[in-house]
Amino acid sequence: MDRHLASAGSRGELGRLLQAVLTSRGQANAVFDILAVLQSEDPEDIQEGVRTCSRLFGTLLEREELFVGSLPREDGVLAGSQGATHKYKVWMRHRYHSCCNRLEELLTHPSFQVKELALKTLMKFVQLEGAKPLEKPQWESHYLFPRTLFRAVVGGLLTPEVDHSLLISQFCEYLEYDDIRYHTMQAATSTVAQATSQQSEVSPTFWNNAFMLLSVVNLPLQEHDLTKFYVKHTQTSDKWKVIHLKEHRKAFQEIWLGFLKHKLPLSLYKKVLVAMHDSILPHLAQPTLMIDFLTSACDVGGAISLLALNGLFILIHKHNLEYPDFYQKLYGLLDPSIFHVKYRARFFHLADLFLSSSHLPAYLVAAFAKRLARLALTAPPEALLMVLPFICNLLRRHPACRVMVHRPQGIELDADPYDPVEKDPARSHALESCLWELQTLQQHYHPEVSRAAGVINQVLSVPEVSIAPLLELTAYEIFEQDLKKKAPGSVPLEFIPSKGLLGRQDHLCTQFFTLT
Amino acid sequence: MGKAKRAGARRQVHKASAGAFGGPAKTNPNPFEVKVNRQKFQILGRKTRHDVGLPGVSRARAIRKRTQTLLKEYKERNKSNVFTDKRFGEYNSNISPEEKMMKRFALEQQRHHEKKNIYNLNEDEELTHYGQSLADIEKHNDIVDSDSDTEERGTLSAELTASHFGGGNASQKEGEDGDKPKSRKELIEELIAKSKQEKRERQAQREDALELTEKLDQDWKEIQTLLSRKPQKSENKEKKEKPQPDAYDLMVRELGFEMKAQPSNRMKTEEELAKEEQERLRKLEAERLRRMLGKDEDENKKKPKHMSADDLNDGFILDKDDRRLLSYKDGKMNIEDVQEEQSEEAGDQENDQKEDEDESDEEEGEDGSRDDTEESDGSDSHSDLESNIESEEENEKPKKEQHPTPGEKLPSDDQKAQRAAGTELPYVFAAPESYEELRSLLSGRSTEEQLLVVERIQKCNHPSLAVGNKAKLEKLFGFLLQYVGDLATESTPDLKTIDKLVVQLYNLCQMFPESASDSIKFVLRDAMHEIEEMIETKGRALFPGLDVLIYLKITGLLFPTSDFWHPVVTPALMCMSQMLTKCPVLSLQDVIKGLFVCCLFLEYVSLSRRFIPELLNFLLGILYIAIPNTKSQGSTLVYPFRALGKNSELLVVSDKADMATWRRGSLSLHWASRLSTMTATEANHRRLSCLASCLALLKHCVLMYNALPSFHAIIGPHRALAEHLVDCGLPQDLQELSRSILSEIEIQKQHYRPLICEKSKPVPLKLFTPRLVKVLEFGRKQGSTKEEQERKRLIHKHKREFKGAVREIRKDNQFLARMQLSEIMERDAERKRKVKQLFNSLATQEGEWKALKRRKFKK
Repeated sequence: MDRHLASAGSRGELGRLLQAVLTSRGQANAVFDILAVLQSEDPEDIQEGVRTCSRLFGTLLEREELFVGSLPREDGVLAGSQGATHKYKVWMRHRYHSCCNRLEELLTHPSFQVKELALKTLMKFVQLEGAKPLEKPQWESHYLFPRTLFRAVVGGLLTPEVDHSLLISQFCEYLEYDDIRYHTMQAATSTVAQATSQQSEVSPTFWNNAFMLLSVVNLPLQEHDLTKFYVKHTQTSDKWKVIHLKEHRKAFQEIWLGFLKHKLPLSLYKKVLVAMHDSILPHLAQPTLMIDFLTSACDVGGAISLLALNGLFILIHKHNLEYPDFYQKLYGLLDPSIFHVKYRARFFHLADLFLSSSHLPAYLVAAFAKRLARLALTAPPEALLMVLPFICNLLRRHPACRVMVHRPQGIELDADPYDPVEKDPARSHALESCLWELQTLQQHYHPEVSRAAGVINQVLSVPEVSIAPLLELTAYEIFEQDLKKKAPGSVPLEFIPSKGLLGRQDHLCTQFFTLT
Repeated sequence: MGKAKRAGARRQVHKASAGAFGGPAKTNPNPFEVKVNRQKFQILGRKTRHDVGLPGVSRARAIRKRTQTLLKEYKERNKSNVFTDKRFGEYNSNISPEEKMMKRFALEQQRHHEKKNIYNLNEDEELTHYGQSLADIEKHNDIVDSDSDTEERGTLSAELTASHFGGGNASQKEGEDGDKPKSRKELIEELIAKSKQEKRERQAQREDALELTEKLDQDWKEIQTLLSRKPQKSENKEKKEKPQPDAYDLMVRELGFEMKAQPSNRMKTEEELAKEEQERLRKLEAERLRRMLGKDEDENKKKPKHMSADDLNDGFILDKDDRRLLSYKDGKMNIEDVQEEQSEEAGDQENDQKEDEDESDEEEGEDGSRDDTEESDGSDSHSDLESNIESEEENEKPKKEQHPTPGEKLPSDDQKAQRAAGTELPYVFAAPESYEELRSLLSGRSTEEQLLVVERIQKCNHPSLAVGNKAKLEKLFGFLLQYVGDLATESTPDLKTIDKLVVQLYNLCQMFPESASDSIKFVLRDAMHEIEEMIETKGRALFPGLDVLIYLKITGLLFPTSDFWHPVVTPALMCMSQMLTKCPVLSLQDVIKGLFVCCLFLEYVSLSRRFIPELLNFLLGILYIAIPNTKSQGSTLVYPFRALGKNSELLVVSDKADMATWRRGSLSLHWASRLSTMTATEANHRRLSCLASCLALLKHCVLMYNALPSFHAIIGPHRALAEHLVDCGLPQDLQELSRSILSEIEIQKQHYRPLICEKSKPVPLKLFTPRLVKVLEFGRKQGSTKEEQERKRLIHKHKREFKGAVREIRKDNQFLARMQLSEIMERDAERKRKVKQLFNSLATQEGEWKALKRRKFKK
């Protein structure tokens, strides 16, 4: 209660001080009292202080009562012989400067409200400063932006200490503005470069913050008028870089390349790769510059190379990248774990895409079909329901591969000619083999799988089966479907009566388990 | 009239023309009579009907026809009586006279045959024998008793013949023999007297015969009563009739009566019973196979169970149930009866037959069928009794397969009686409305008592006793299931009780398959939901508790697991698959649970021999974690197992001493639930036991799947690990086991036969049905609907017919007028002739008179 009263009192006090500073220059020293509140421990007090500062310097900026131009040292000016107004302006500018510094510090405050308020205040200053620049334009229609202040803001966001993901998502709304976006990219580039040059080991929090910030930067796809500015300008000039999408793209490319050339944590790799194909590659000025990153990611193995394939494919497909071992790499990625990883749906979607060309050689498609069939022997039902139509689709697309399910003149063999260890699909002899695995899976315990595998018994129908709805199928969904399915008649019952939990003598459970 | 006549006329014309042109009496028509309708143009496709006409002939025919019909009518126009000749074919000259007679006879018979009254079933034509109605003979109006009589009847007595037909000779003979010849009158009187006497004698004889027959009937009735089904009654009757029966007679009767007792079903021999049971099982097995192949999934299935009359399962419980309730009233006497299953019932039957009889009398009212099945029941109960004696001796030992009566699960009679006297369980339980109720009923009781309680609930609320009982018992299944789950999740799971409760669950499931399957589905959904939730939040799941494993096991016991698709079993399979793929193995408990699931999985598919990838993956993983990482490096592993990490050597045993002391044994389900602290040795022993089970399961898999086309591709990784296992320094037992697996794999030679698609029928070429367009025909109305056309056609036809009828009528009138005219002319001519005649006669008269007069004058 006391504290509340105190805070209420301080609020009144602050209001009074604000009034005093704004009304007469004589009472300007009250600014120190206001700035002192910012150092307070209590978050609410700090918030009050920030609000007061915001009002105070906002008004001063609007009134242009701050010194314009490169700031001289405070001591020198105060001791000098310039006019009182000049002295006041310089002094006030210094106070403004220290206020901004404090606000930047507050960006790392533990309380989110404080952080948010500090950010908002800083952005308000950015806007006001942009409108009434604190530096003199060097030539006519010179583009002025409070770069120093803004860089400080971005630098505050990209701290190595605190995870700023929430704050960055708040920052998103400013990124709607074209100039803010442009300058964010520039400021971030320099911040990243600075951070990595200073220390050899950078904390993962920094990378996370940087990635968060980068991933929310969304460039427009078409070049229309980039005139949605946060800082209001009376007139725009065609010479300004910020107007052109090309410059934006350059900045975008610069920041991503700068970001990706460093050694990133593994989880971040995955996130970057997931976003690569639709939010990074289309916006780059020169997408081919990503080749190095993608090829190295592709060599990492496992899920990462799987994800890198998507970006590579776009480069191959749209930007004429020559990548000789692409299919061999893809072939190498097929191992039993693909049915269990989180990116299963994505992988098979891509694989479907990669193998959709009808110009692929038959041996390659055959190798893929055979490999997938082999892997299907270890797959759970939900994956089987997807991969079996997938294999059948491959056979449908490539009639030359149909010998794998229909070889009327074939002779009986002693061993499967397919070599599962061979890394090169061309030498795997898959085309000489048959898909006996599918025949095996006709014996699968799940009726749907058995039915799906039974398709090869007949001549394959011409239209392909769309696997899109099957990609996201989970075991739980299958289970629910099975439960909901109604039996046509009554439920069949076991006719041999049970006499105990473990069943009869010849049951397996009785052989291996006891109840005692 | 005109129309009909015209049609007839046309037919006649055809016939006549046929006769005229094609008939044998081909008369060349007079060329002057032939009129040719010449056509101007020859038109293809048009039929010309009236190109040649015979106007003279047809006119003559028309006139003839009219004279036959119209003229007749005209002539008879003022006559009221008509003569109709109904003789068949009288005027038909085509039928020969013989034929005519035959047909007339047939008609007569038919007319005779027609029933006058449809309800008179017996009114048939009268059958005769020698001219006498057979019906009369059958009625014995004129009794012909003995053969001699008929003979007599057939051949008349010589005397009579002689007297009637002999003429005078006979009398003369007699006259010669006798003293004096009798007069004719005397002779006749004598004859009459004789015949009368004869008649009287015959009458007496007939009466005798009648009496004899009556007596015979009575005797038969007596025997009949002896033969009848109700011995008791007949005996009583006899006693009433004969108050003091001879002891010997009595004995004879009794013996006879016993011999001729009511025929019932023969007591079946042991073999027959076995055969019947076998037949039933065979039938069910065939059904199961059909479902396993899943070929007619959509076809309507038969009723789940066919119960033969001798079945011990369901119907029998029904009988017994009713009875037990009755015996409640008797009190303590029947405690055993209450507690025991049907086998005990048999014992009672033998012990106190009287009571049984009384009861059966009572029962007859309730259950008529019982009487019939008594015999077979008896035989069953005997065998059950025997088995019961066995079970007394060795309580825990499972019984023969033949008799699924759960007699063994209960302690012997004596113990039972003692306990019943001691604990005083109430006999009537209300069905629990909620799970808590059931729990409160069961908690704190021993296993046997719990069983008893459940059994009693079941019996007190049998569906045949009250309307709402079915729903109550259906709920009971769900509660019991929950109770089993609770028992399994306790810190020390009461598996013994679960083991016994399974039987109750099975029985309830047999009674209410639908609700039971719903309950099982519910618990499975719960389990799956739990796993799914864990996966969503943590990315991986923990192995579920022992309760879920037991639910799965129970599912396998209640439902046929070999079906291609089954509403309960298929989801259960999915559930197990999820456990094996989504739950990483973190501890020894997990290994045991996983192995139990594997075991269940194999058991589910033991008949259908279906392929389970998850199972093999899991076994591979278990083998992997049993081998030190250094050796097992490089082998392929499937999620949830990881090649490296904390649990990648979970089952590795390095202590040589523990290996030496380990003895192979089965795994206890308790190990799966209890998080007990155990010594290192114990843990090592358990590890080795797990590995042994795993290897045994793997061997089972190898044996089961060796026929699969890609067997070697499937088993390859296992084989590699098993090879490592052999030189891992494991106990002898395990090494031998892995060696035998390897040899099994080696033996299996794979033949890769190339795949061939089934030949499908060639797709027929697309055939287009031709478009039918009506040929434009001149004079026909085009472009209108079918109904319109039909209407127009009918209008046209009507018009034509109308015209034709008018023409006919006109012609009829003309004909009539002509006839009238000719009549009038005839009449006039007659009159003229008569007048002329009169005039003539008058003239002659006049002339004569004049001549006379002239003569007179002349004279």
